[in-house]
This record gives sequence, structure tokens and C-alpha cells, in this order.
Amino acid sequence: MDLRRPYEKARRNRLWIVSSLLPVAAFFILLTAFPVLNLLGLSFFHVEWREGAASFDFVGTENFRRLFVQENVFWAGVRNNVVFAVVAVTCQMVLGFSMALAVKTAGSYGRALLTGIFLLPIVVPPIVIGTMWRLIMGREFGLANTLLGFVGLGPVDWLGNPDIALASVIFVDVWHWTPFVFLLMLAGLESLDGEVLEAARIDTVSRWQQIRHVIVPMMMPTIVITLLFRVILSFKVFDEIYLLTSGGPGTATEVVNFSIYRTFFRQDQVGYGAAMSVVTLFSISLVIILAREFMQRRASRRDGAA
Amino acid sequence: MNRSISLGRVLANTVVWGYALVILGPTLWVLSNAFKFKIDIITGATLSPLTWINFRELLFSRQSDFLANLFNSAVIGVASTAIVIIVATMAAFTIVYLEVKPWVRWAILGWALLFHMLPTLTFVGSWYLMYSAAGLHGTYFAVIMTHAVHNLPMALFLMVSFVGALPRELVQAARMDGCTYAQVFWRIVFPLVRGGMIAATALTFIFSWSDFAISLTLTSRDTMTVPVAIATFAQEYDIRYGEMAAGTLLSIMPALVLILVGQNFIVRGLLAGAVK
Repeated sequence: MDLRRPYEKARRNRLWIVSSLLPVAAFFILLTAFPVLNLLGLSFFHVEWREGAASFDFVGTENFRRLFVQENVFWAGVRNNVVFAVVAVTCQMVLGFSMALAVKTAGSYGRALLTGIFLLPIVVPPIVIGTMWRLIMGREFGLANTLLGFVGLGPVDWLGNPDIALASVIFVDVWHWTPFVFLLMLAGLESLDGEVLEAARIDTVSRWQQIRHVIVPMMMPTIVITLLFRVILSFKVFDEIYLLTSGGPGTATEVVNFSIYRTFFRQDQVGYGAAMSVVTLFSISLVIILAREFMQRRASRRDGAA
Repeated sequence: MNRSISLGRVLANTVVWGYALVILGPTLWVLSNAFKFKIDIITGATLSPLTWINFRELLFSRQSDFLANLFNSAVIGVASTAIVIIVATMAAFTIVYLEVKPWVRWAILGWALLFHMLPTLTFVGSWYLMYSAAGLHGTYFAVIMTHAVHNLPMALFLMVSFVGALPRELVQAARMDGCTYAQVFWRIVFPLVRGGMIAATALTFIFSWSDFAISLTLTSRDTMTVPVAIATFAQEYDIRYGEMAAGTLLSIMPALVLILVGQNFIVRGLLAGAVK
């Protein structure tokens, strides 16, 4: 198209830049930045619902004092969440990596079908996964106890026994997310340099040594990213917990997100819930930023050494 | 030597297929409940007559709104996905190829990354209050907008990686020839990046369809989506197992179709999305 006047084109181009970035900026400012400020503000208020209208009382840092001094359930949730993240992610990484190695060893036999099956838990809604496992782990008629019955073992109260509930929830998370780790690891393995692997094999080191000294170091970038992803996602867990145990029995499976949900929506303690959200938001942001900083520094040090 | 390798292969194959069974087995068992009478589900009967009653109850009973729930999920999924993909693709092109001030690029991508990693629940309370104050709580608009912003970061990163993979020369040549930015986008970038858009669309739709936390708090009775409806089947005293299973089966249909049709696209999208 012939645009005679160059300034006309420049004007249109400026218009394009603005109109292509404006929606993203508007979405982020209105629906994420503003809520953060809103939460920050609310966390200094005591909010009460009187006759359908909210009344706001400024209470200073009272909500935070209460959270750090009196609160128990929230911190039980933090502790559970840490245990949950460490155990579940460790299992997923080990299982996913071994499985990817196995598929790589086993060749491409049936790989398309396998990928399809492994995708299933990733794309099925988490709430549905919660539903499924609630049916399976049912105390009286669940599949798990039916199978145990066949070998003569008594019924286990998977979700109702405080000593087992967290382990059960972790099991479901491992079931849910190991395929995700598997897919990433397989992609990482596929992209490794075949010549280096071949050289390692010719040097007749044992299979285990190949894995330990050649494959794992080469896979480090993929491993670190997957690990980071899974750890962060396990602090987002909510759906499965909501349906499986609702944080119970007692506080056995309480997680951070569930505490916030309950405080905000079931107990209508908006100011207090906002304080919880703010503390969570800032802790996790801090961890993410520090982790990035750390990795960048390590990367630059490695580049400098090389 | 040769024999030990083949033994290893057999072992590896067994382990992998065993794991596939661990994934499929429980899924199929639960889905089979959809075709059983409640009494058979509750007593764990293995050989039981099959029935459609759960689907009939779910879809056509007067107490059930499941058809409306399916409709709501579809409306919200399609609308929010369309918004997300259009917004993300346009922004990705500008961010990757055009002279934008570095801090603008940095702010958008950095905030997207951070927001993507923060727990949704920390925002949900604030969204709820905002929409309530604006009189929009429980409307399609509120849920669609929130689903859109929730999935926007992922779609943005996917599209940045897909758009960034295009040959730079093509875009530069078109600009030299005097095309405006909009023309470069519509005539060059858009047709070439369609495959990537399909992957991003499939994933965004699946995430919107699956969302529970946002829908639970922002929908009303009239806009309730499928996952929220499924959760309501688990009442304290009367858990409607059959309808739960039937609803579960129906709710994973879109995901199943997408897996079958777009397996390659989804794998590619997942990988690109995770590695970025």
C-alpha cells in the first residue's frame, strides 16, 4: 500500500504499538495491580458485614499482629505446604526422570499412545482429579480399600485419619503431576547431544555412572526449571484439597490457599484474610525474585569462569 | 552384551507400561461408576447392571442444572480464550519485533511471570470485593475477564516464543517494503504463527474449562461452571457418586477431544510454555 505521507505511516505505527500493548497493560493494572493495592489497604481494616453493607474500621497493624502472634491454623498450613512441596516434588522429579530414561531406553515403541495416556492427568480438571480420588479413597467402598480387602488387609481411612491424610493428598498430587515432569524430562533427554552420550558409552563406564556423571549434569537446566515450576505450583494447590479433605481432619491437610479461602469466604473476615493474602503474596514474590537473582548470578559466574 | 540390553529394554518397557496402567486404571474405574446404580457404587459391586440413569438425572432432572453449567463453561471458556489469544498475539508481536522501550517490555513480561506464579487465591478475595462493589458479581463479564487475566501470562509467554521463532528477515523485509506495523502483523506474522495460536488456544481453553478457584468465588447460581457444579455433588451427608462420575466423564470430554486431535500441538505448547 502506498502511504504517500511518511508522517501518516509513523502515526499509524505509533497507534499500533499503543493499541497492541494497551489491552495487556489494562488487564494487568485493573485486575492484578489494583487488587494488590486493594488488599494492602484492606489488611489494615477490620471489615464487618452489618445488614448487607460492609463497615470498615481502621485497626492499624492489628491484623498482622494477630496473624503472627495468635494464629495457629495458617502456620500449620504453611508447615503442611512446605512438607507437601518437598515430598511431592521430590517423588515427581525422581519418578518422572526415571520414567523418561526408561522410555528413552525402551525406544520409540508405543510412544504416541504413552504420551496420550500421560497427558490425561495434566489436562483433566484438578477438581475432577479430586473427585476421582475421593471416590477411590472412600473409607467403606473405595477401590483402594476393596483391593486391600482382597489381600485380607483391613480398611484404611485414607482421608479421615490425621496421620495418613497428608500422605494421601501427596500421593494424589504425585499421581497428577509426575506425567508433567516426565514429558519435560523426555524432551530434555531428546535434545541432549548424542555424540557425548555415545562417547560415554564407548568409554565403558557403567550405566549408573553414565547417568550420574554424564546425563544428569547435561540435564541440569531442564531439571532446575522443572523443579522451580513444580515447587511454585505446589504452593498454588487448592482444588484437590478442597474436595478431598477441605484441610481436615483437624489441620492435617491445611494449606495456605485453603486458610485464605476459609478466612475470606467462609468466615467473612475480609481484613484478616487480606492480611494473609498480603503476607503470602510478598513472601512468594520475594522467593521468586531471590531465586532468579541467585540463578542469574550463578550463570554469570559460570560464564565468567569458562 | 546384546542380551543384557534387551533385558533392560523389556524391564524399562514393563515399568513404563505399568505406570500407564496406574494412570488409566483408576480413571477408568471411576468413570465406570457413571454407568452404575447408586446402590452398586456404594456396595462396591463388581458385576452390576449398567444404566444411563445417572446421565438422565444429571442432564434432564429438574433438580440439576448441568446443561446450563455446561453452557456456562463453554461461553466463559470460548469468550475468555478468544480475548486472551487476540490480546496475547498482538502484544507478543509488538514486544518481540518493534522498538518498544526496554522497561515497557521488561515490566509486562516480568509482571506476567510473577503474577503467573503467585497463588490465585491471594487475588480472589480482592476480585470478589471489586466486582461486588461494581455490581458485577456473578455476571459472565466478571468471570470471563478474570479467567482472561488469569490465563494471559501463560498465553503471552507461549506467543512470545512462537512469534520469536519466526525468521527475523521476513518481518524486516516487509517493513522495508513500506508496510505499516499492522499490515506486517496481519499479512506476515498472523498467517505464519497460526500453528502456535492453535496450541495456545487449546491450552488456554483447557485451563479456563478446568478452573475451580476463580469460578467457585465469582460465579452465581446462574453462571456456575462445570467444576463448581461437580463440587456441589459432594454434599456433606448425601454424596451423589453416580452423578459425580457422570459429570466427571462429561467434563473431561473437551480435554479428551483436544488430546486426540491436538496431541502434538499440546505437547509443543506445554514444552514451550514450561521452558520459557
